[in-house]
Amino acid sequence: MSEQTQFDDRPWLDPEAEPFIQVSGVTKRFGTFTAVDNVDLQIYQGELFCMLGGSGCGKTTLLRMLAGFDNPTSGSIYIDGADMTDVPPYERPVNMMFQSYALFPHMTVEQNVAYGLKRDGVDKQEILQRVEEMLKMVELSQFAKRKPHQLSGGQRQRVALARALVKRPKALLLDEPLGALDKRLRAQTQYELMNIQDQLGVTFVVVTHDQEEAMILSTRIAVMDAGKFAQIGTPTEIYESPETRFVANFIGSANMFEGRITEDSADHVVVRSSDPACEFYIDHGVSIKEGSKVWVAVRPEKIRVSVSAPENAAANQLSGTVRDVGYLGNTSTYRVQVADGQIVEVTHPNQSRPRGGKHAVDWDDVVHLSWEPSSAVVLTE
Amino acid sequence: MGKKRSTFLFSVLCFGMAFLYVPMIFLIIYSFNYSKIVAVWGGWSLRWYAELFRSQEIWDALVLSLKIALMNATFATLLGTLAGLALVRFGRFKGRTLFTGMITAPLVMPEVITGLSLLLLFITLGDLIGWPGERGITTITIAHITFSMAYVAVIIQSRLAGMAQDLEEAAMDLGGKPFRVLVDITLPLLAPGMVSGWLLSFTLSLDDLVIASFVSGPGANTLPMLIYSRVRLGLKPDINALATIIIVVVAVGVIAAGYLMLRQQKQRERDMQMAATDTVKVTA
Amino acid sequence: MSSILSAYAAQLQHRAQSGWRSIVVFVPYIWLFVFFLAPFLIVLKISLAESLIASPPFSPLFEWTEEGVLTLQLVFDNYSYLWEDDLYVKTYLNSIKISTISTMLCLILGYPIAYAIVRSSPTTKNILLMMIILPFWTSFLLRVYAWMGLLADQGTINSFLVWLGVIDAPIRMMYSEFAVYVGIVYTYVPFMILPLYANMEKLDITLHEAAADLGARPVTTFLTITLPLTSPGILAGSLLVFIPATGEFVIPDLLGGGNVLMIGRVLYNEFNSNHDWPVAAAVAIVLLFVLVIPMMIYQHVQSRESEG
Repeated sequence: MSEQTQFDDRPWLDPEAEPFIQVSGVTKRFGTFTAVDNVDLQIYQGELFCMLGGSGCGKTTLLRMLAGFDNPTSGSIYIDGADMTDVPPYERPVNMMFQSYALFPHMTVEQNVAYGLKRDGVDKQEILQRVEEMLKMVELSQFAKRKPHQLSGGQRQRVALARALVKRPKALLLDEPLGALDKRLRAQTQYELMNIQDQLGVTFVVVTHDQEEAMILSTRIAVMDAGKFAQIGTPTEIYESPETRFVANFIGSANMFEGRITEDSADHVVVRSSDPACEFYIDHGVSIKEGSKVWVAVRPEKIRVSVSAPENAAANQLSGTVRDVGYLGNTSTYRVQVADGQIVEVTHPNQSRPRGGKHAVDWDDVVHLSWEPSSAVVLTE
Repeated sequence: MGKKRSTFLFSVLCFGMAFLYVPMIFLIIYSFNYSKIVAVWGGWSLRWYAELFRSQEIWDALVLSLKIALMNATFATLLGTLAGLALVRFGRFKGRTLFTGMITAPLVMPEVITGLSLLLLFITLGDLIGWPGERGITTITIAHITFSMAYVAVIIQSRLAGMAQDLEEAAMDLGGKPFRVLVDITLPLLAPGMVSGWLLSFTLSLDDLVIASFVSGPGANTLPMLIYSRVRLGLKPDINALATIIIVVVAVGVIAAGYLMLRQQKQRERDMQMAATDTVKVTA
Repeated sequence: MSSILSAYAAQLQHRAQSGWRSIVVFVPYIWLFVFFLAPFLIVLKISLAESLIASPPFSPLFEWTEEGVLTLQLVFDNYSYLWEDDLYVKTYLNSIKISTISTMLCLILGYPIAYAIVRSSPTTKNILLMMIILPFWTSFLLRVYAWMGLLADQGTINSFLVWLGVIDAPIRMMYSEFAVYVGIVYTYVPFMILPLYANMEKLDITLHEAAADLGARPVTTFLTITLPLTSPGILAGSLLVFIPATGEFVIPDLLGGGNVLMIGRVLYNEFNSNHDWPVAAAVAIVLLFVLVIPMMIYQHVQSRESEG
């Protein structure tokens, strides 16, 4: 297998690897509400692990249990081999970067960063030195004497990061680390975060609701829904091979066609859909009874759009009328209405400039849609 | 660790509440004591309540106090609202610092000083212009208005400061002249603040002993002045009865007001929820 | 955008400044000027007059001499009298001592209560707040009176202790400084709790979590985060107790009797029993001087608070 060569980067594929953070059967209830529902999770040394989900999916609760602010109702949490389930936050070898940053308003930047070291009784000289180093790393040396309210949002974010990292935690927990930043700053900070993580080799556990952020940052993503993991995998796995319709829709967008399996073998499946009347040929097998109801998911950018009908292949073909064109400059999104009225979304790169003010595909054009057998996924739930 | 802390907090809370309420509870219990000597229990009785209702002196004092309280509350609310408006919405004007000082100072000024200075003012005015010829209900009311309006001004000020100015700006943008905006927008929004200011002024006036003692004249005894002259030298069972009535009236009032406020708040939350679900239905 | 709008509003305001707008400012202004500021000037004036056995019992300050010249006569006798009679000095010092200790007691009791209220669930919070405010709406005088019943020689506490057999004869509690402390703490503790509560309510709970996350134990978190961040509330509450307690009259009069020297009571008696107006006025002016700094600090704290 080709994965074999990449084993070093992907400890989760190695059955022998010792997980650094081990969450086993953790449930958290608040009254009658179950925020986290019997989850298991292994995070490995050096990972940049993202927990992704909508609000109320339990991702923040899980993070808070790792930090020690909430105790699990049942289950256990091990960090670096030690049972942390009931250890208070101030005795855990992890630190957290808060969504609001939670900078102490009455202390200067320097004092904020030094706070944790003082609590550990590190000697004065060393505190000074480590704080200075850390401020240099986040490029805030000249702001050391300022109070948090005298800083911009991005600077505050870096103070929060420095404050959490200066203690050299075994793992850094980040709650929506970029949530409070504007879009431009966010893009820049993403890469800074990745660089810092790379430099220090600290395990990062990030909670976010922003899928783009999760895709860029992570080694692995855990998509959460209603207190459970919907899927855990690398960004590529999550995007290209979603396991459920929820995941397919949550990360990016996907066109769904409902149908029944008419042919199922080891290397391909044929799915027949009545509305729109069409046959789908997918080049991976699913072990499921013939005739079962399934969904075929196709990403908008994997669909070819053309004005003339493609010659070969009878499968993976639809035609319809363009109802909307969203011109984004680099790409255009077409909303194509197919036979039964369903809208299919197609994204197409604009490789050539419009000629005489006219785009290749425009409103009310009749177009043909097609895709490769390898471009679609069959989903059973 | 957290357990220990919350146990500590809980015990201090219980102690504090007991500290606040136990004296009042005993006051109430002893009002039902038959014995003439308050501390000696002589069996349950309503004797002192009957005595209280028969006392013309107490009725007179109560009526006087209520009259003063009503006038005070009304005028103090008016003046205090004007002062609050001036402070928040009028920006800089000449003598603003002095004005701010004069509004906050009465809140913390020791009563003996306020009382003494007002009395000396009334005497001086009496000598100079012949008014006030006699001290009594008028002088007490004026004194009460002076410190009550400061409380109202502070309430109005904080309400105005919390109120987004864009409502008023929107009204102006839609063509409202400043006076219309004041009447149509600002005052209605201030109404709850004015109500609490009125209630506060009313109670402050009913509660005041020191200032009234200074500025009152012969024959004008407010209820606190009467109570004070009776209890100075020791416990009086009929005063226990009076205290019980006052405590019960106030408690019922405060609890009812609190309940109403809570219900209003819940209603608003429900309305908002309904509005939200309606929106979802419409868009779906 | 908003600055343009507010500039526009300011212009409108300016244009309409005349007429009804000046009434809004002037009516309360004049009222406070006549009934709050002017009286102080009169007190100041009388404190500089000579006391006479007459009505009014003081010498006029301005006098037309026979030649038709207006003369101003200032007498500092009243102030030197206050200074020379060590009863007054002692009383001022004792008032400050009593109000300082009472303020600290209020803080010690009020702080954890305010903290407990902030930490409770919304419904409990409302009920507890109402319970703190409720005594404030009942008569202050009657609340002091309630303690007379508890503390008297034949009062509830003594009777109870005798009945228990803890003591044989009643302990003397009334007419002592102890009784005054109890009275002041009892009546003023809500004034400590409410500003503290308002301050703590704004405190961001994640700051506590951040401190714990960085290795601070609960006690350290309290000392390094909670306490410094609640200092504005502590200051406001302390001043709200200290200032009126220093000039308090009812509590020392009813619970302290003649045994406890407090300046409010001395002033009241000087005026109502001794009819020595100039001395009473001088006592008031000195008291005002003692309190003017705390009052200014309070005003400063308040204005900073209201501006956010």
